[in-house]
Parts: sequence; C-alpha cells; structure tokens
Amino acid sequence: MKKIMAVCGSGLGSSFMVEMNITEVLNELGVSDQYEASHTSLADVTSGDADIFVTGLDLADSASHLPNLIVLNSLLDKEELKEKIQEKING
Amino acid sequence: MNGILKVIVDFLSQPAVLVGIIVLVGLLLQKKSTDVIIKSTLKAMVGFVVISAAAGVIVGSLDPFGVMFQEGFNISGVIPNNEAVVAMAIEEYGTATALIMTFGMIANLFIARVTKYKYIFLTGHHTLYLACMIAVILVSAGMTGVHLIFTGSLALGLCMVLSPAILQPFMRKMTGNDNVALGHFGGVSYAIAGYIGKVVGKGSKSTEEMNVPKSVSFLRDSVVSISLTMVVLYTIVALAAGQEFVETTLSGGTNFIIYSLMQALTFAAGFILIQNGVRLVLAEIVPAFKGISNKLVPNSKPALDCPIVFPYAQNAVIVGFISSFIGGVVSMFALGAMGLVIIIPGVVPHFFLGATSAVFGNATGGRRGAILGSFANGVIISFLPVALLPVLGNLGIANSTFSDTDFALLGIFLGKVQEFIGGVGLTGLLIGILVIMIILSATSKNVDGNAKA
Repeated sequence: MKKIMAVCGSGLGSSFMVEMNITEVLNELGVSDQYEASHTSLADVTSGDADIFVTGLDLADSASHLPNLIVLNSLLDKEELKEKIQEKING
Repeated sequence: MNGILKVIVDFLSQPAVLVGIIVLVGLLLQKKSTDVIIKSTLKAMVGFVVISAAAGVIVGSLDPFGVMFQEGFNISGVIPNNEAVVAMAIEEYGTATALIMTFGMIANLFIARVTKYKYIFLTGHHTLYLACMIAVILVSAGMTGVHLIFTGSLALGLCMVLSPAILQPFMRKMTGNDNVALGHFGGVSYAIAGYIGKVVGKGSKSTEEMNVPKSVSFLRDSVVSISLTMVVLYTIVALAAGQEFVETTLSGGTNFIIYSLMQALTFAAGFILIQNGVRLVLAEIVPAFKGISNKLVPNSKPALDCPIVFPYAQNAVIVGFISSFIGGVVSMFALGAMGLVIIIPGVVPHFFLGATSAVFGNATGGRRGAILGSFANGVIISFLPVALLPVLGNLGIANSTFSDTDFALLGIFLGKVQEFIGGVGLTGLLIGILVIMIILSATSKNVDGNAKA
C-alpha cells in the first residue's frame, strides 16, 4: 500500500479536507486498493512518511524538502488534484 | 444489580469510552469492515486519552509562567490557546463535551436541512473546542443532564451555521461562486474586517500589488511559532520576576533562564501532543459527518478551514499577521494600564485570524482594509477574552483561555443570558433564534419563487 499525505500548518483542518478529496480522487481513478491518504502538520512530516505529498501554494516553500511534492494552486479544486495525482501515479 | 449498573455508569462516564462508542456506532451505520472498525475506534479512544494526558504537560509549564508573571508585573497574565485550555477542561467536562459535539453536529445537519442556511461546518477541531467551551460554561452555571446536552448542542449547531452564513457575502465576492463557505470560529472578526474594508477602502490598492518579504512564512509551522513565542515570553517574564525569586521558589536552584527555556519548550511539546490527539479523535468523525451531510442535506455548502482563503491574497496573509499582532501588543499595554487581566498576544491566533481578517479586508478595501481590518481583529481578540474569563467558572482562573472571536462572543452570550434569564430562558431564546431562521427561510423561498416566476 503506497501512501499519499496532505500537509498543512497545523495538520488539523486544511490538510484533512485535502485528504478527503484525495480519497475521493483515488476512488475515481480506481486505485484506492493501491494508495491510501492521510494528513499531518508541517512540524511532524518527514520525507519518509509517504510516497507522495500534497500541499497548498502558500506552503510550497516550507514543504520543498519533501520528495514527490504536489503543490495545489487551489486547495479546493478537485480537478486540479486529480490531474496532478494522475501525473504522479503514471509518471 | 446496583453493582452492574455502577460498572455501566463508570464505563460510559469515561469520555474516551464515550467517544469510542460514538465512532463505533458511526462506523457500524456505514457498514465498514471489521478491521477498519477496530482500528478507528481504538484510535479515537487513544486520541482522547492523549489530550487528557497532555493536559498535565501544559499545566505543568503554564503554572510557573503565571507565578512569574504575577511576581514580575503584579497582575495576572493569560495566554489564549485553545489546545491548552481544552486539554485542561477535558478531564472534568469530557463527557459533556463529547455529547454536545455529537448532537451539535446533528443539530448542524438539522438546521441546514430545514432552513436556507445550507452550511455544513467541517472544521472538526474547532467543533470540538467550541463543544468543550459550551460544556464548561453551561455546567459552571449549573445546567445538567438532558437540558445541558440539548441546549449545548443547539448553541453549537446554530454557531456552526451562523458563523459561515455571515461571511458568505464576502466569500461569494472573493471566490466568484457560492459553492464554498468559510468554517472557522474567527467569523465575526472576518466580517468586521470586511465591513471596515468597505468603509475605509475607497481607492486603496490591493495588497497583492505590494512587495512583501516571504521570510515570516516559516511561522506557518505552528510548532516553530509556538516554541519561538513561548521562549521569548518565558524569558521576559523570568527576567521580570528576577533570578532569585525563580531559583528559590520554582526551579529548585536551576539557572532561571535555562529553567524558563525548558518550560517554554515543554509547553510546545504539550501542544504537539494535543494536536496529535485531536487528529486521532477526528480521523473518522469528520469524513462520516461529511458523508452523511452529502446524503441528508441537498445543495449543502461545506464550511472549511481558514487557509482556503489564503491563496486569494497571499501578501495580505503576512500583512494581516503583523498588523493583528501589533493590535494585540497595543491592547496588552492598554489592558495593563486599565488594571485588567493581561491577554498576552499569541502567535497562533494572530496568525490565522489576523491573516484571514486581512484577506477579507483586502477583498473589500485593498491594503487599507487589510491593515485596519486585521488590526481591529488584534484588538478584538485581546479584549473579548477578558470578558469571557468570568463565565468560565473554575477554568476562568487558569492561565490560558479560548483564543478566537466567535468562542468569546458565544461564551459571553451564553454566560450572560443564563445569568439574567436562567437556563430555561437561554434554551427558549436559542429555540427562538432557530424558529426565526426557519421563518426567514420560508418567506425568502417565496421571494425566490416569485422572482423566477
């Protein structure tokens, strides 16, 4: 099982919403048996925690040490998320 | 027979068990698989225990802060921090908190279903913290049993709908659509910032045309910002209290600066623990709530955490933090001059509320709106907690309190109403507010219908 982790400042609100969107996207892409989503804070995250990381544009600099980082222009846009996750999974 | 009854009561009156049962029922209703049910139920229970356990850590580091502050400045100082105060309250008020949170979310679904206010409040940690504050205030005023849970849940449910509702006109303007709402209990500050922007903003350019240094963005990591502020605050307070006082009464001989540094870091450690606990508790509750709301409330609008508006004005985020913090510092001196309890500006509330206020102020009134709107927020969140403290009962004397605008406003409202017209009167008033919302929805539906026809 590979992991996709959403990251935000406090690890409580925004990243949790993004995690729920990731779960939906994984279902839509039909890969929910290969990937699982979770969320955490900038303070807790380390590069080994997941295979792919997702964060917002406003935290892109603070999270730049993470490998396979997806930066979302809008935390709410599920289409953008879907596109970018698909890219990472296929590439 | 009494023996068995006592065991059952003991079992259910453990808040952690209660949370476990709530999650368990939720998962059973969703027909999840056994391994998911076991995993998630256990995690939620452990999360709750983590929060209570961390209370000891936070209190242990806040107590010496209070003692040193009193010694140094001859006045009490309070650090507003939701996590700290919730952890302190959860031991005594955990059962009421868990029940008010559960039924409050059901009240949110009900209100969204029967009125035109279709907001579903999905910022789970704020729901938990507000449920806790409501429990403390109502219990302190003597409310018990079903009356307590009913009134508390109704108050929470109303707040979960009304806070996003007053912000929606601004959100529509900012996002260009009506699909998403803001669910963050700084709501009144953001609305005020929006109105201030309207009044003062004529001709003011957007913050996004300014050059703002990005160097403070590392403060977005809440552990960094908390430990940094705490180290500065503890050092100042230790210096004010004096080396001799600290080393003889508190530190047991350890150098006073090193002692303060360790206490500051201990506070940050407690904060991390609590956030992890909250994350474990909410992991199943929020997605279930979202899933149910999608089914039960057609056309519902999710009300989401405040960083969703940050991309609309990234410079305003930085400007807002700084301006709000300055407002907090000015207010701190004003409170001191008036001889009131000092509310020490915390980086976390000033960051999130200040930034969001500035985004709203910028949307209606450019950089002037952003600066003045967030400054107003800084003043508001410094003065309101002073009025909140007396209604918090035995938690009013703690060295920490709730930090965000809507918490303080709702808290003062609940406390004062109950003081003047009693608990039953308060319940009646809340039902009255709901009835008015239902009537407003019914009449405006007709208006909409006419407009279409």
